[in-house]
Amino acid sequence: MKKEKKQNELIYFAFRNVKLIIGLAIILFFLVLAVIGPMLTDNDPFDFVNPLGAQPPSSEYWFGTTFFGQDVFSQFVHGLRATFIVGLFGGGLGTLIGILIGFVAGYRGGIVDEILNVLTNIVLVIPTLAVLLIIAAYLEVRSIFTELIFIGFTAWPWTARAIRAQTFSLRTREFVDLAKLSGMKPLRIIFTEIAPNMMSYLLLVFILQFGGAILIAATLDFIGLGPTNAISLGLMMQFSVIWGAMQLGTWWWFIPPGLAITAIVGALYIMNVGLDEVFNPKLREM
Amino acid sequence: MSLKVENLTVYYQTLRGDVQALEDVSFEIADGEIMGLAGESGCGKTTLAHSLIYLSPPMKYVKGSVQLDGRNLPVERMQDMVSFRCNDISIIPQYAMNALNPIRKIGKMIEELVEAKKMDFEAIKPELLRRLDLVKLPREVLDMYPIELSGGMKQRMVMVISTILNPSLLIADEVTSALDVASQKAVAEMLVEFRDQDCTNSMIVVTHDISILYQIADSIMIMYAGQLAEKASTKTIINSPRHPYTKMLISSLPEIGVKYTDKRLEGIPGKPPLLLDPPIGCRFRERCPLAFDKCEEVPPFIEIEENHFVACWKETEDLA
Amino acid sequence: MKRYFGRKLLIYLLTFFLAVTIDWMIPRFMPGDPVSNMLTRTSVNSNAYEVMYDYYSHVFGLDVPVWQQYLNFWASLFRGDLGISTYLFPTPVTEVLLRAVPYDIALLVPAILVGWYAGNKFGAFAARSKWLDNTISPLGYILTATPYMWLGILLAWFLGIVVGIFPIAGAYSFSLAPSFSWKFIGSVLHHWFLPFVSLLLVEFGGWAIGMRNLIIYELEADYSKYLQSLGATNKLIRNYAFNNAVLPQITGLALKLGVIVAGALVTEVVFSYPGIGYLLLQAIQNQDYFLIQGCFLFIIIGVLLANFIIDILYIIVDPRTRRGMMGEAS
Repeated sequence: MKKEKKQNELIYFAFRNVKLIIGLAIILFFLVLAVIGPMLTDNDPFDFVNPLGAQPPSSEYWFGTTFFGQDVFSQFVHGLRATFIVGLFGGGLGTLIGILIGFVAGYRGGIVDEILNVLTNIVLVIPTLAVLLIIAAYLEVRSIFTELIFIGFTAWPWTARAIRAQTFSLRTREFVDLAKLSGMKPLRIIFTEIAPNMMSYLLLVFILQFGGAILIAATLDFIGLGPTNAISLGLMMQFSVIWGAMQLGTWWWFIPPGLAITAIVGALYIMNVGLDEVFNPKLREM
Repeated sequence: MSLKVENLTVYYQTLRGDVQALEDVSFEIADGEIMGLAGESGCGKTTLAHSLIYLSPPMKYVKGSVQLDGRNLPVERMQDMVSFRCNDISIIPQYAMNALNPIRKIGKMIEELVEAKKMDFEAIKPELLRRLDLVKLPREVLDMYPIELSGGMKQRMVMVISTILNPSLLIADEVTSALDVASQKAVAEMLVEFRDQDCTNSMIVVTHDISILYQIADSIMIMYAGQLAEKASTKTIINSPRHPYTKMLISSLPEIGVKYTDKRLEGIPGKPPLLLDPPIGCRFRERCPLAFDKCEEVPPFIEIEENHFVACWKETEDLA
Repeated sequence: MKRYFGRKLLIYLLTFFLAVTIDWMIPRFMPGDPVSNMLTRTSVNSNAYEVMYDYYSHVFGLDVPVWQQYLNFWASLFRGDLGISTYLFPTPVTEVLLRAVPYDIALLVPAILVGWYAGNKFGAFAARSKWLDNTISPLGYILTATPYMWLGILLAWFLGIVVGIFPIAGAYSFSLAPSFSWKFIGSVLHHWFLPFVSLLLVEFGGWAIGMRNLIIYELEADYSKYLQSLGATNKLIRNYAFNNAVLPQITGLALKLGVIVAGALVTEVVFSYPGIGYLLLQAIQNQDYFLIQGCFLFIIIGVLLANFIIDILYIIVDPRTRRGMMGEAS
């Protein structure tokens, strides 16, 4: 009964939080566009459909065409899909690894903690992009899947650190002691006793990882180490710069992808602030 | 008369409505008086203490007036109170352990505080050093960071800082609850010493722990659910309380000198009412074995004998 | 104190060791081998090929057992010898890198420091009033959400092409030869401005947001409440909150260094700015493994050094770490 009341309260505050609603609306808008967008156009993102080359937006080509006469709208909506996939799964993977390492380090303590801590610190200090660059350069053919794996495996350290600190403070609480006394296995304690008490925090962490993964992917794509067999928003920016979109003034080629990334990541951050206010009564405005 | 509070009413704003934490409170504190303020948690004693010095949202001033040494205290206006704080009315907060800026040396912090109040630190310094001796802190603490002090030392340091400008009224908010028994006694004795040395004129000691009040307080005021129940000299409250709530509270203590906790108070049947929508009349009515029709009206807080005030129709019916 | 430094040093050394090892693996485990890659490009005939292959394998030290190559790598590393660039043959990698480093320093150091400082100032400012908060904070969120290269592209397109007041490629005008003349220095500054600003803006947003949130948290802290109940001025209270909030921002700087370096890398690509980032991309595109190796090594050393400086700085500014580490805390 008490739990239900608490949930109702959260939902109540969630619906009253302007930041959360705005953020969510923007994300949903782009998500819907990513899902149904590709159905709105018959043009393949790489097909040279317009023999006139670069043309500004028109009723036929909503976002105009590229230097080669490719449909920018088609590239854009397909790229959005890639962005969401990388963000969701790359960010998700990063969160998962971070959670796992953080939980184990924080719960076990001692030598396990020391080792994981050193590992975390090392990965934290090495500039991940430089490593990603090199790994990416190894592979002749890269897909969105390989990209999200790379990102997931390099983005976890700060999450692990934060989760470790939280677990540390939670593991000394009464209900954990109780579980220990009743002979529960450590992993079960972590997932049945500790994790549920950090649910809200984990959600916030995931949202930040989501946004971070999108930005890293855009960076990788832009320097030409993105997927070789797909289109993405970062690749659109790369192509536009390589083929002189700035100099030629074909702004419709590089404005939409950057704008979409900024809007999505910005919306995620704002959602994060909103959710934080929902979960932390202290931050709520009276 | 040092402090005179009249009809002070303060609510807490929440999304579900106002919590009526302090309702129509009137009382006085004499010069040099140490008044203990006691009651169960959530009875409004902390609200009362805070609203005298620092009435900030979500607390909301509703009505009433506060006079200190004959001067009106603008408690409802946060900014106007700035010049009174520390100078005239001061507080030793509950969180004394964390009250000091962790990255400033303590002496430097005091200096900056005093100078922010447009006063000369050098003029105050001799007195500051004397006070450190008084609370048995080495003078070197001024050159230390808070992390270098033990909990008890921090507590004493905060006592010195709060009274450095000789306020007329000092509020000690649960100052002993975080300490071990030995330090509790020492801190309690220091509070009396502070009054005797004129570091402050009068004092309100907010606490859960009646045994401490028994040691140091001249008078005790008991609150229940946002209303005043009884105020009298410590001896009277302990030996011949008149309000049914005070009686139950005192008798629930196994013996004087033993600390009472919230748990033990559950010995009194029933629970305090929710202050979001409190019952009309006497708020103790539902738990009171003596309650009768008249209790649906709010009982006045009346002086039934010299310096003994009670808010109970059973006691004051014939007087009112 | 000793223990703390010992631990830190251990982590730095481990990181360095690991990074160098990864670095060593780069040319050896890349698809194809570097020598044949280079020779294919120069398309020598098959007779000469074998001779040249042996010759270059020897030059690059690839004709000895792997373990020895590894040890040799460390040895030459300490001599400052990072091999010879195949893309810019026969310039030594060290020389190529040393030519690029000044541009990175000129770009990164001011962008990081100014962005950090201004971001913190404005963030603290935003925490002061609702009105400021509602204007500075959204701007901060938009800026941190902007991909580095997109801001660069926008600035280059708008100020470089549409308005046309800034050059958008290179470190100085192609018509000039490097010299200590006002004209040349002016040209360098002119080319430096846009990449600097685009890097600065993204940084600024992140720090401003962080500071704003930290200050609001600190203003809720007990020591702030105590000062308020003692009637301290708002100025003093805000000052203390700021001083406390700056500490996590310093740690944050260490954590974000890797991201900033990545940001600099793409910014250099957008503006064809000849720093290490741009060089790294050239090296990858031309499969110049020794140059990749060198770039990576320089980046690692730079980041580790910066981290180390920040660590020391932190000990100086936070009395808690200082006293706590010496075991004087209660």
